[in-house]
Amino acid sequence: MTVAHSLTSGEVQEGEELPTLSFPVTATTVVLGALASRDWRPMHHDKDFAINRNGVRDIFINTPNNAAWFERYITDWTGPGARLGRLKFRMKSPVFPGDLMTFTGRVARKLRDENGCDWAELDLAVSVSGEVRTSCQARVALPADAGDNPWRRKGPQWRP
Amino acid sequence: MTDDATGLPPHVQALIGKPRYEERSEFPIEMGYVYNTCAAVQNGNPVYWDRAVAEEIAGGPVTPPTMMSVWFRPHYWSPGAEGERLALRSHFDLKELLDLPEAIISENEAAFGEPVRPGDTLTTRQVIRSISPPKDTKLGRGRFWTIDVETYNQRDEWVGTESYTALGYRRGTS
Repeated sequence: MTVAHSLTSGEVQEGEELPTLSFPVTATTVVLGALASRDWRPMHHDKDFAINRNGVRDIFINTPNNAAWFERYITDWTGPGARLGRLKFRMKSPVFPGDLMTFTGRVARKLRDENGCDWAELDLAVSVSGEVRTSCQARVALPADAGDNPWRRKGPQWRP
Repeated sequence: MTDDATGLPPHVQALIGKPRYEERSEFPIEMGYVYNTCAAVQNGNPVYWDRAVAEEIAGGPVTPPTMMSVWFRPHYWSPGAEGERLALRSHFDLKELLDLPEAIISENEAAFGEPVRPGDTLTTRQVIRSISPPKDTKLGRGRFWTIDVETYNQRDEWVGTESYTALGYRRGTS
């Protein structure tokens, strides 16, 4: 069988921009993400609670769903052969229904670790109307070539 | 009496650095939630949707690493449970102990180890790493705290560590 193409580290350049992803957020987007991540807290499905208790204007995307969006954005670019090692994000302000969220990113650095694992370090953001709502740094392992597979690394061979 | 640097009561200061709330996931890991999560963000990665791709690349089905925390959120209700069931209980403990009724997660960092696979059972524990002195923010006066959640599988392999930084606050007090 043929597996979808995955980027190898040689195909990635420092400073390279990732393709932009835009997605119109609705209340359904927020609630789907909250329930899929088993997050039952009311600020992610109850607008009255979000306004009157949290002091924000609407329900908003929850933390694990934010992470799931970033993972999707990264692996849309890399293909399935890449393996996510680390993800760090800072939520400056929430993403609400009615927002058009736009993901952008660039390759900040490439490196090969002491185990021969190739990594791309990414600077990412989700913005609404040009305002960064969440900034993110990610570290993703890429196959060095067609014979390499980061998913097969275990224990001391995997240092995210 | 409080700690001079942070203004923390000693019984709160004493919680910092101590592993707490060791828990096992309530159900074996399953792919149904994986499909829900991928559908919610329209993630078409075939390593989650196509068994043959998963076998070839990952040696079998795997779950998205960013779902690590999903497996530890309790059911909204279960027989015999009373009141709201909460994940990340250390976070809610700090809200109560510091009398800060509202809170938001401001920063999240995760490092991912051995992939989580269907049928796995996971164990987690929470460690409060730090609590800031009181700060004035646009939401209200409060404190930032950081909690690590460390996760292992049934073979005691490290699955990952998530670190949450939260702001606990009281509205209209800054």
